[in-house]
Amino acid sequence: MNKLLKVACSPHKFTKDNTQGIMLDVILALLPIGVLAVVMYGLSSAVLIAVTVATCVFCEYAWCRILKKPNSTTDLSAVVTGLLLAYSLPPDLPVWMAIIGSVVAIIVVKQMYGGIGHNFVNPAVCARIVLMVSFPQAMTTWRQPLSNIVTSATPLTPGIVEKPADISLFLGNYSGCIGETSALLIIIGGVYLVLRKVINPIIPLSFIGSAFILNFAITGNFNASVLAILSGAILLGAVFMATDYVTSPAGGIGKLIFGTGCGLITVLIRQFGNMPEGVSFAILIMNLLVPAIDKIPPRKAFGEKEDV
Amino acid sequence: MPKYKSSEILKPVKRIHGGIKLEHHKNTADMFTETLPEENIPTVTIPMVQHIGAPCSPIVKKGDRVYVGTKIGDSDAFVSSPVHSSVSGTVSDITTVTMATGNKVQCVVIDNDLSNTPDPAIKPHPVKTAADLAAAARECGLVGLGGAGFPAHVKLSINPEKPIDTLIINAAECEPYITSDYREIIENTQEVYEAIYLIKETLGIHNCLIAVEDNKPTAIQLLYEMAASPKDKNNEIRLVKLSSRYPQGAEKMIIYTTTGRIVKEGLLPADVGCLVMNVTSAASLYRFVKTGMPLISKRITVDGNAVKKPKNLICKIGTPVSAILDYCEAAAPDMVLYGGPMMGTALSDLSSMLLKQNNAVLAFCGKQASLPPIQNCINCNRCFNACPMRLNPKAIIDSYESGADAATLSSHKTMLCMECGCCSYICPAGRPLTHTIRLAKGKIKQGGKQ
Repeated sequence: MNKLLKVACSPHKFTKDNTQGIMLDVILALLPIGVLAVVMYGLSSAVLIAVTVATCVFCEYAWCRILKKPNSTTDLSAVVTGLLLAYSLPPDLPVWMAIIGSVVAIIVVKQMYGGIGHNFVNPAVCARIVLMVSFPQAMTTWRQPLSNIVTSATPLTPGIVEKPADISLFLGNYSGCIGETSALLIIIGGVYLVLRKVINPIIPLSFIGSAFILNFAITGNFNASVLAILSGAILLGAVFMATDYVTSPAGGIGKLIFGTGCGLITVLIRQFGNMPEGVSFAILIMNLLVPAIDKIPPRKAFGEKEDV
Repeated sequence: MPKYKSSEILKPVKRIHGGIKLEHHKNTADMFTETLPEENIPTVTIPMVQHIGAPCSPIVKKGDRVYVGTKIGDSDAFVSSPVHSSVSGTVSDITTVTMATGNKVQCVVIDNDLSNTPDPAIKPHPVKTAADLAAAARECGLVGLGGAGFPAHVKLSINPEKPIDTLIINAAECEPYITSDYREIIENTQEVYEAIYLIKETLGIHNCLIAVEDNKPTAIQLLYEMAASPKDKNNEIRLVKLSSRYPQGAEKMIIYTTTGRIVKEGLLPADVGCLVMNVTSAASLYRFVKTGMPLISKRITVDGNAVKKPKNLICKIGTPVSAILDYCEAAAPDMVLYGGPMMGTALSDLSSMLLKQNNAVLAFCGKQASLPPIQNCINCNRCFNACPMRLNPKAIIDSYESGADAATLSSHKTMLCMECGCCSYICPAGRPLTHTIRLAKGKIKQGGKQ
């Protein structure tokens, strides 16, 4: 019996949850949205999703290989980034642009700063902004679902907002980016993630709530405000992008400030900026503020003395 | 099955912050306790430190004849607890042994003559006053049997300026696998009952709460009958049923859940009028008062996936772990623990001996004995949400890893950490958080030096 025993500090028992499992849950929540997009927009969206995911995973693999770091693709975070990026692109975007976006997301935003856990802004959000600034025309050309009619208008474009919110917005039967069309599927995905305790509902609720309130305060139009939060990227951004662990604050109060900030900036950009969509910029700005928000002491320790 | 009305059992006043749900693995809950046969222990090695506090010095020398219960080590210090021989035989050596925690400790090695002869001087130890009770606890060599090993007589030495109004009997047993307290309640119900009266009456405490987790139905039934006994005229003994959550059995936590009182930083349970005793500690104290036989053996749970025949086993203090594992047919374990998987200590050597405060020996092999791979922190905040002390483990670790000084580390209230292990357990990236916080605490204790 001279076998050496393993010795470690307590605890000696660990949860079965791991990073991969969390990412898998996010992927599961995202999948139905992608399936609907393929039904609505046809093969081109399927190609875009496949290309961004493949490029993201390849970039991560190649980076690890070249820098002789352990292969981190198995944690599936690159797949999530790829899906989120694809979902925030118009269905007819040229494939080479999507590849550029993926490279920016993984190499520039994520790996150059140290890989998973070290990026200070959300890779998919940042890549979308890079594409939007670089290719404004292609990034704002949408198509009517189930048809080939090209349109550059979304329900957000001024002039169309007078139409009351209807069920088609909820089910996804209107023009928009790949993953932004069906409010219902995004909400189902969000509820799934909350139930699985993957995300905390504070950020999505405060994001959507504050956007609705500010929109209503500015326009005074209830229907338009409902439309504003159901259309465009707010839901997708609030549920899947703003809740990214790495780039959101730790404490509950921090999360509330973060989500509210995202909602307010989104509406301000939409209403007063010269762009139809402000979600990406709102999330990016709030991502950059996270270190400052995290300075707010999250809570007192149990039994902490009041004045030490 | 329950014969009690649930309205007669108290609900917890508060819930602990954070904490985690663990799989209970109480596989040995229905197994009647066996005793490790004397033949299996040819020698015992009894360390002079089996408690928190000053080490004892041996008061026997090589060649001395000792009996079961003979005092073999004592100290003049207040925070210390004497040790007794657990077998009858001859002192064969006094040596220094490296313990599982890494400390070098003097040990008395005794060759067992297998006769199990009790020390002739042993006689019942009746108590009348509170001071008698504390003295009895000291003579018994009693330490906190829940795992901490804090000398019981220190707790029982009541400061008149800090009167105790509530006695909390801790039967939470929130660590997975361990069933030794549970079996104590089932097999020694009467002793537990008498023990509660002994402590309560001697110390003049009129409020006694027995805290138990809801995964122990048989114990709840027995404790309820105890609490509802007609002898308890003023209904001074009551049962609190807690929902199972780790680390609910920790002293500060159980005070909070049963009474709502918060033991502040740097203070003790006595400062909020509470005395917390583990159920087995209480029963052991009663047995000592009744028989005079000090704490020389301990019921432990032997379990884990490397153990073929899991058991509740009464073992003599100082029994080598290898003898215990052989008796329970443990095959080539990869990892052996004293105590539960959350706060237990991993052994480096199977010749290590059983200590007073151990309540389990767990042996694991294969995957259950391996650590998860360490990945980058993804800032998921699960450690933050799980911390029962409401600390921010990530902030402490970031601070430690960036080389912060002792003052900065203290500002995160690092010293409040009780090392329950929730943060390491819950971390999806497999990061050794509790370990790093221990290092940070060590750095603070040494005034900033690594």
